[in-house]
Amino acid sequence: MPDGALPVLDVRDLKTVFKTRGGEVHAVNDVSFELRPGELLGVVGESGSGKSVTMMSLLGLLPSPPANVRGGQVTFDGRDLLKVNPDELRSVRGAKIGFIFQDPMTSLNPVFTVGNQIMEPLRKHMGLNKREAAVRAQELLELVGIPDAARRLLDYPHQFSGGMRQRVMIAIALACDPQVLIADEPTTALDVTIQAQILELMKELRSKLGMAVIWITHDLGVIAGIADRVMVMYAGQVVEHAPVEELFQNPQHPYTRALLKTIPTISGERAARLTIIEGQPPIMMAPPNACAFRDRCDVAFERCAQENPPRYDVGHGHDAACFFDARTGVPRDV
Amino acid sequence: MLTYTLRRLLLSIPTLLFIAFVIFMLLELAPGDPMASMPLTIPPEVKEKMREALGLGRPWYVRFPLWLNQFFIVEPQYWFDQTFGTNFANGAQRIISFQSRSPVFDTIAERMPQTLWVVGMSYVVGVLIALPIGIISAYKQYSVFDQAGTFVSMIGFSVPPFFSGVLLIVVFSVQLKWLPSIYDTTHVVTGWDSFVFQLRQMVMPVMVLALQTTAQVSRYMRASMLDNLGQDYVRTARAKGMSESVVVMKHVLRNSMLPVITVIALGIPAIFGGAIITEQIFKVNGLGQLLITALQGSDIPMVMTITFLLAVLIVMMNLIADVLYGILDPRIRYD
Repeated sequence: MPDGALPVLDVRDLKTVFKTRGGEVHAVNDVSFELRPGELLGVVGESGSGKSVTMMSLLGLLPSPPANVRGGQVTFDGRDLLKVNPDELRSVRGAKIGFIFQDPMTSLNPVFTVGNQIMEPLRKHMGLNKREAAVRAQELLELVGIPDAARRLLDYPHQFSGGMRQRVMIAIALACDPQVLIADEPTTALDVTIQAQILELMKELRSKLGMAVIWITHDLGVIAGIADRVMVMYAGQVVEHAPVEELFQNPQHPYTRALLKTIPTISGERAARLTIIEGQPPIMMAPPNACAFRDRCDVAFERCAQENPPRYDVGHGHDAACFFDARTGVPRDV
Repeated sequence: MLTYTLRRLLLSIPTLLFIAFVIFMLLELAPGDPMASMPLTIPPEVKEKMREALGLGRPWYVRFPLWLNQFFIVEPQYWFDQTFGTNFANGAQRIISFQSRSPVFDTIAERMPQTLWVVGMSYVVGVLIALPIGIISAYKQYSVFDQAGTFVSMIGFSVPPFFSGVLLIVVFSVQLKWLPSIYDTTHVVTGWDSFVFQLRQMVMPVMVLALQTTAQVSRYMRASMLDNLGQDYVRTARAKGMSESVVVMKHVLRNSMLPVITVIALGIPAIFGGAIITEQIFKVNGLGQLLITALQGSDIPMVMTITFLLAVLIVMMNLIADVLYGILDPRIRYD
């Protein structure tokens, strides 16, 4: 990881709310992170922790209403993506920042050929004509490991299997050589063997193309194998952030520690019962004024109900948003 | 696809034969006497003779095959002879109206243009208005435009043409005197002025029928667009940096049109049925009016033929809708 290099993507204090009938839901609360060139940032957290919403907020992909990106700053290519006009934003989407979504079965348009859908961004962003785009589309399909690419361009999505469709989605995301690729749980909807294939493919493509990747998942096993740095999210906030080895060896936040305990093991004679984290993540009907995890936390004390902990730097590029210092086993003074 | 179409065409033959039989038997069992409108001074024996001369003395199992023969063999022969100057028909008996004693198909051919002008035009107008309304209503859901569209559709659904037609006549013909209340069938378009007159006399009947079409089709379009706007592939298209017009008019519209095409195709026969009433109100002497007068006069061959032609239209439109669906949706395979 090239430390000190200028980040390609710098997100500061991002806030997103959803307007619902019952009031505003604060889905993303002051999320800040940076993505350095060529690194893979893993984003983990339970369902509903705001991982996907954060990433979609960056590029204005959330339907508005009900979503409203209320504040923050997203610096990419020297400009703030939250402030640029829609046309400029569209010239970033699909061209400089590629997106892969969770469910490949529904993410492709069923009535257009795969070739057509890959060629669309090529023609729009790179100004290729039909023939050039077709050539490039075929290269892309070959790149993501789809056999017989020339013929497959003319096929419709329903003629592909789930794993193959996800490869097509990857080809679309990579079409215009993006600097950043955002992969939103790209393997969750696939079965395990296909998951492994897609992971291998992504590792290979990353070393070949060298783009920075944000990988959203709730699978810590995947993160351990692929990420450089990890960001743990809970209730729309970053609760812990560290280089991958540091996080797995030295987890600081009680939520991260609880998450690590839930990973099932296959060692031992009899499989132990699956560990779970009791309770549900809260629905944030107001901006957090206390630790959102305190109700499920085993080390919570009075202060956790009075203030929302900031992200404390614990060294080695590691920070955690907790009043309890896991290193010393006592509450922080600051 | 071709085999499928051919198979469906073959299958439609027994369907149509069965429909013809049902219509025939319904007319057979229905009360009513073609002689009822004859003067009372004609003695009963003479009336009986006249009835037999119309072929009504013979049982249904003789008359039904005769009608089938006339409809499927004799009439096409006459049509072929007229077009190419041949003589296949060789003077065979055509289907003759009880009332006018002229061939049923000649009368239908006379009335068809008026109906097509009014009904056909209203359907085209209705669909052309409905599609943009449906698209915009869905894209701007719950906006003022959407609410207005919903209101107009509700009116179109709930106000029957015999009310909206009369209302239009009262307002635009009686009060404002802008438009003629009666459709002049004898009018011939020769130049600009007569074309304008043709337009003016078409406006009201076309609008009355188009209101219904618009109400239905725009609702279907809106629902179908809403279904698709929330789909994942729409998000993908946006994430690719496509402009909103490409996202909506290419990706969403193409998917949304699939069910709407079916609704439009299947609505064509229904609008002919609805035209019956509208034609009465605006005195358009088209097919609808012909059917009504034939019914009133117990003109069995006329009623039978028109009703059966509508049945053919319905069966064909079903087939066309299915074939179109197969062409437009790559996921549908018929073979």
